[in-house]
Amino acid sequence: MIDTKHYNFAFLDEGSKREIRRSILKAVAIPGYQVPFGSRELPIGRGWGTGGIQITLSIIGKEDVLKVIDQGSDESVNAVNIKKMVEECTGVEITTDSEKATIIQSRHRIPEIPMRNDQILVLQVPTPEPLRIVEPKESVTKQMHAEAEYSGMWLSLFEDLTLYDKISISSEYPTMVENRYIMNPSPIPRYDNRKLNDSETLYLFGAGREKKIYAIPPHTKVESLFFDDVPFETENFEGKSCRLCGATGVFLDEIVDEATGEKVYECNDTGFCKGRRDRQHGNTNFKN
Amino acid sequence: MAYVAVTGGKEAIEQSLKLLELFRESGEDITVSCIKENMRLLVDKIMSEAGFYSEEYAALALKQCEGSVEEAVFLLRAYRSTLPRNYYSSPVDTREMRLIRRISAAFKDIPGGQILGPTYDYSHRLLNFSLLEERPDSINHESEDETLSDLSGDDIYCGRVTDLLRAENLLKEVPEDNTEPFDVTSNLLTFPAPRSARLQTFARSDAGFLGGVAYSSMRGYGAVHPTVSELRCGYVEVCVPYVLDETETLCIGEILVTEVEALVPSHTETADEFDKMTLAGGYGMIFGRNENKAIAMSIADASLETEGNTPSQDQEFVLTHGDSLEMSGFISHLKLPHYVTFQSKLDRVREKEEA
Ligand SMILES: [Zn+2]
Repeated sequence: MIDTKHYNFAFLDEGSKREIRRSILKAVAIPGYQVPFGSRELPIGRGWGTGGIQITLSIIGKEDVLKVIDQGSDESVNAVNIKKMVEECTGVEITTDSEKATIIQSRHRIPEIPMRNDQILVLQVPTPEPLRIVEPKESVTKQMHAEAEYSGMWLSLFEDLTLYDKISISSEYPTMVENRYIMNPSPIPRYDNRKLNDSETLYLFGAGREKKIYAIPPHTKVESLFFDDVPFETENFEGKSCRLCGATGVFLDEIVDEATGEKVYECNDTGFCKGRRDRQHGNTNFKN
Repeated sequence: MAYVAVTGGKEAIEQSLKLLELFRESGEDITVSCIKENMRLLVDKIMSEAGFYSEEYAALALKQCEGSVEEAVFLLRAYRSTLPRNYYSSPVDTREMRLIRRISAAFKDIPGGQILGPTYDYSHRLLNFSLLEERPDSINHESEDETLSDLSGDDIYCGRVTDLLRAENLLKEVPEDNTEPFDVTSNLLTFPAPRSARLQTFARSDAGFLGGVAYSSMRGYGAVHPTVSELRCGYVEVCVPYVLDETETLCIGEILVTEVEALVPSHTETADEFDKMTLAGGYGMIFGRNENKAIAMSIADASLETEGNTPSQDQEFVLTHGDSLEMSGFISHLKLPHYVTFQSKLDRVREKEEA
């Protein structure tokens, strides 16, 4: 723990945490709408997940169990670094088991095991504004959202189609929330977009540098943008499986086997993969 | 230590932190007060970009991070987030500044006189090799003190140069604006941004960025080549409302600031307007002795009052890209793994190739 003489529980002062929680409540009340907030500076770099961390620090209590993943991995340097920070200033229990966690903070992935309604997924967002790809000015995009004036976005998707015969957006694929707001799901792969729709869990999105918070409450309708005659496509892992646990139909990392030079695949969600392997080995005492 | 960015992160980070400690330690240690006393302008720069006035903590931050400006700003900003914000200070009237330096480029004679004060402007930038031999005990403190007391006389206060111009109706009328200032540290900027938000943002801007904005405007990407009506540097008292009686204020200390008022002729298009031409002002106010940044701020401020398509005239552009913490944070985040997004990109690129 960091010294409690100079630092408060969960780092931020209570006034700041309350202010951030108010913004979260507003975000939950207007799904997909980007709520501006007084983003605080943290000991971790802006652009390194400070929006997500501020949400986590504001909602976390002493009884919470936290899991942090980065690129699907519990052990990635950034995940380790964030966990270390939250642990040092709260002393909460940290886990890699997504079913045991009450709060999961993530960058670029939604866990494979569907989350429950007593859990919260906090996603880190670098560029919250989905319309930024068609309009650089904040004052203009704000107006576009207010008027639900999304023709520019549709046009850009259409241009993409005419150029490439398919929509070339790889990750961070825009979604429509409750037929009202176009929302950036954060840089998750297209594969994860469907998990946002009608989910059991609460999704909170935090962008620290851009000072925005938005939310998808449980059972919200979230659709990836598509045309009637051009369905939305996710990454294709057909015929591929995890070389460690054998899983199929999950998001896989592509790895080159150093020994054989062959392309092989492993589950991107390391907690999920480890859980499967532990169960396969009959090890029921799944712990960190 | 070699590491796979998704595994073994914990050990790798621990080793890296140990290495940092090794790099930071040197044979010759330097104390925080030594940095505070000897690297004053650097300390001032850190405080200004951090938006946090504490010479001691700025020096501590510098000691902790091998003297990196952006890291030191980062440390102070993060620490700032842990402090409750109980007060907004009352407005400071810089006519009550205890001056150490004050010049005007507009008038030769100004009431109160020009006070050159400590400045590098008229020093010759020759490496002074005798400093290589300077040791703490080789400086004769007694004679030093004598010289200082010879140099410093009574406290100096004086009115502003713009007060004179205002009396002559040469300054563009600006109605007094007493709306509550926008606080950029607890609100998201919205555009068009009120002037209070613009000035706060500039005051905390990265000095290099702000310098570039001002320089571009002066060189032709914009319209502002101002006259520095007055540059003053000195101490001002900071007061906060007294809790038990809002009409009373409590002085909580003194800060050293640099203030600049720059003047540009107001824009005219017709002969009639030309006859009525007045001067408009740009304003700069920065923590510490930080003259170029204060001048740059006044130019950037004035530039936003002009119409045009150059970067320095674009509010959103200059107000959203100059924060040291934000720019260095986002640039450095590129060092984080991006495997998943890159996998998605590969998927799209490969399919395109196949198609
Ligand atoms: Zn697996």
